[in-house]
Amino acid sequence: MLLSLEGATVRFGGRAVLDAVDLGVAEHEVVCVLGPSGSGKSTLLRAVAGLQPLDAGRVTLGGRDQTGVPAHKREVGLMFQDHQLFPQRDVAGNIAFGPRMRGASRGGQRERVGELLELVGLPGAERRSVAALSGGEQQRVALARALAPRPRLLMLDEPLGQLDRSLRERLVVELRQMFGRLGTTVLAVTHDQGEAFALADRVVVMRDGRIAQSGTPLEVWQRPADAFVARFLGFDNVVDVTVTGQAADTPWGKVPVPEDAPQGARTLLVRPAGVRMVAAGQGLRCTVTARTFRGTHVAVHLQPEDAPRLEAACALRAAPEVGDTTGVEFDGAEIVVLR
Amino acid sequence: MAVPVAFFAVFFAYPVAAIVARGLRIDGSWQFGRVADVLAQPDVRHVLWFTTWQALASTALTLLIALPGAYVFARFDFPGKQVLRAVVTVPFVLPTVVVGTAFLALVGRGGLLDELWGVRLDTTVWAILLAHVFFNYAVVVRTVGGLWAQLDPRQEEAARMLGASRLKAWRQVTLPALAPAVAAAALMVFLFTFTSFGVVQILGGPAFSTLEVEIYRQTSQIFDLSTAAVLTLIQFAAVAAILAVHAWTVRRRETALRLVDAATTARRPRGTGQWALLAGVLVTVAVLLVLPLAVLVERSLGAPGFGYYRALTREDGGTFLVPPIEAVGNSLQYAVAATAIAVVIGALAATALTRRDAGRFVRGFDALLMLPLGVSAVTVGFGFLIALDEPPLDLRASWILVPLAQALVGVPFVVRTMLPVLRAVDVRLREAAAVLGASPWRVWREVDLPMVRRALLVAAGFAFAVSLGEFGATVFIARPDNPTLPVAVARLLGRPGDMNYGQAMALSTILMLVCAVALVVLERLRTDRSGEF
Repeated sequence: MLLSLEGATVRFGGRAVLDAVDLGVAEHEVVCVLGPSGSGKSTLLRAVAGLQPLDAGRVTLGGRDQTGVPAHKREVGLMFQDHQLFPQRDVAGNIAFGPRMRGASRGGQRERVGELLELVGLPGAERRSVAALSGGEQQRVALARALAPRPRLLMLDEPLGQLDRSLRERLVVELRQMFGRLGTTVLAVTHDQGEAFALADRVVVMRDGRIAQSGTPLEVWQRPADAFVARFLGFDNVVDVTVTGQAADTPWGKVPVPEDAPQGARTLLVRPAGVRMVAAGQGLRCTVTARTFRGTHVAVHLQPEDAPRLEAACALRAAPEVGDTTGVEFDGAEIVVLR
Repeated sequence: MAVPVAFFAVFFAYPVAAIVARGLRIDGSWQFGRVADVLAQPDVRHVLWFTTWQALASTALTLLIALPGAYVFARFDFPGKQVLRAVVTVPFVLPTVVVGTAFLALVGRGGLLDELWGVRLDTTVWAILLAHVFFNYAVVVRTVGGLWAQLDPRQEEAARMLGASRLKAWRQVTLPALAPAVAAAALMVFLFTFTSFGVVQILGGPAFSTLEVEIYRQTSQIFDLSTAAVLTLIQFAAVAAILAVHAWTVRRRETALRLVDAATTARRPRGTGQWALLAGVLVTVAVLLVLPLAVLVERSLGAPGFGYYRALTREDGGTFLVPPIEAVGNSLQYAVAATAIAVVIGALAATALTRRDAGRFVRGFDALLMLPLGVSAVTVGFGFLIALDEPPLDLRASWILVPLAQALVGVPFVVRTMLPVLRAVDVRLREAAAVLGASPWRVWREVDLPMVRRALLVAAGFAFAVSLGEFGATVFIARPDNPTLPVAVARLLGRPGDMNYGQAMALSTILMLVCAVALVVLERLRTDRSGEF
């Protein structure tokens, strides 16, 4: 493991912002920490960077305990949430800062700046003022600056947080390709699941300073560890149930579950695609309370008479109108029994 | 716009023009050679040299002592910080006369150091330098510390992540961002100390004299008005140059810095080094700022049963025609009148300066408004003395003369306090109000006024404190039977005997208390912005 945290704990006034976190990042791996704001993601990065002392536990980099090693000697890069470009320096001055601190020659600095501007797609931008850059350009310069001293580990704090949607989607692909090409080891944090899934080899979901789940994007998406993760990923149809054999007792009636489902008191997730609308009179009787066009499908809110609301997904042609009455059946293939 | 311009034309430009005429026009013809003649005098050269080097030394010393304070106030969070901030600000609004008297009580003949160790500094330049540090500590802490607190600490962290050590990160990132503020503060301190009058008048003795003191001496003791006028012009030129540089640094300060909420950047000190720094700053404040004032109060109580205070109520026949305590009433009346004038003129000027279509002319007026502050009170007083005592404008007999002079000195403070707040009112708020059907007058009443009301009160407080302590101009024009507090203190100090000395201490204490009360009210109202002082 290039980076490992063992029992890393940070307390702010008695509250544990980072609560005995164990985490490893292998060489060339891209790990994305995903969590709502206040879950301790940024503190995790700051602890690794050496900007936030640990109250307990330790951080090791390349097998070396980093306790007492000051931030500037850890050789990790951190790209700040709002970039923190130095306003009094131009683009080249910002990118050359790291190499200069490490004693690179003027020629070496210039060469490295040119190389990185080429890499991030801003060739020739050396003399531009950072205040005159657009959001996307600032992001690129910040990335170039963080990469310039060749850090062992690159950390990104909400790397694309402030950019507009289409730019974000384009840049996330570029970043992914670049990291793959350079073999950079990356630890990123974000609250945006789309960003995390697109960027990461492995996703780590955090909640209240603890790790709630860790796995490949596919694993996390398909089998959320618990109700919190499922809800954070945007799933609404999550309820407590009792599983017996291949069926579960839910407020919506009996629903089918996969063969190997664990038994007893569990939490159940029904993906929207698993809620099938059938003719009124069949299955569970529901009223349509809202429908939202989502581009590829329509999200429909269905209100049963005395059970929690259900979210369903269907094609535009098949979508009912608000106020319609419809029946609902469940598809076992889209149902997951959580812990 | 018309009112402030007229005010400045009549009460500032006209007196200054009168000084010029008095100095350079002899027997009906212009004699520009007079400047060279005066400059050739060894006495004058000596005064010029002393004025300059003591200002430089005072500025360097103030920066040296106050910059750690600025850091502590900007970056550390500790119990009692608010109180300490107020304590640090007190000296700035204290009258120069009080400061001079306090240092006399500390380091002068029969002062605390004299009693304890037989050390006297009042015959050395150190007394003046220390008094100047005392005065200007707040200028540096407010100007530099205010900006420092708003600099994003993550800029330094970004540098650290790129391999810069703590010191290097500070030098490479924070210092360049801070430099214009440091320069602006240094220029302010230089300006204040270059034109220092009250402090030098009291602590300088016969040996040390600044231009200001020399102008006063030439006028009131040697009655050489023409030399005084030439000296005033020299000072005028020097001050104008300093102000021009200051305006330039202020503009540079407005370059795009990444500013954050000051409340989020301070934290508890960590480690012995930081605690030691905090302790050092606290000790400095205690010794340099609190001790002189404490000694002043202690000395004023020197006679049994508040003897010095009771003596203030008696007519002593010599120094004044009235009991010295009447100076309190005079001062308060003058200060109220001066505050009213300064607030009206200052608010009008600030409003004119914030108009979006403000052109070159108006912006030039901005710099002009600063002039009375820098051009020094003595110039103002002297100008009034020679310009407003004969037709067409004879105000010699009118009581309004003193408040007018004090208001002139107070207006720059009002403008400086109001401007940032007025500029911060989002234009779109006004537009929103207009779209909702408010007339321009209603927009001002409903949008602007609620937002600037506090600033207006703060400005009034400032003007009040400044008027109360104003010495340089008042000493020229206050009538012997109507002295203000600072004038009375200076006169008492000018006479021999323990009783006069004690009464001066007592009167200074009263003046200090009145100012401190004004400041406490001010601090409670103060909007939480760095301000320009």
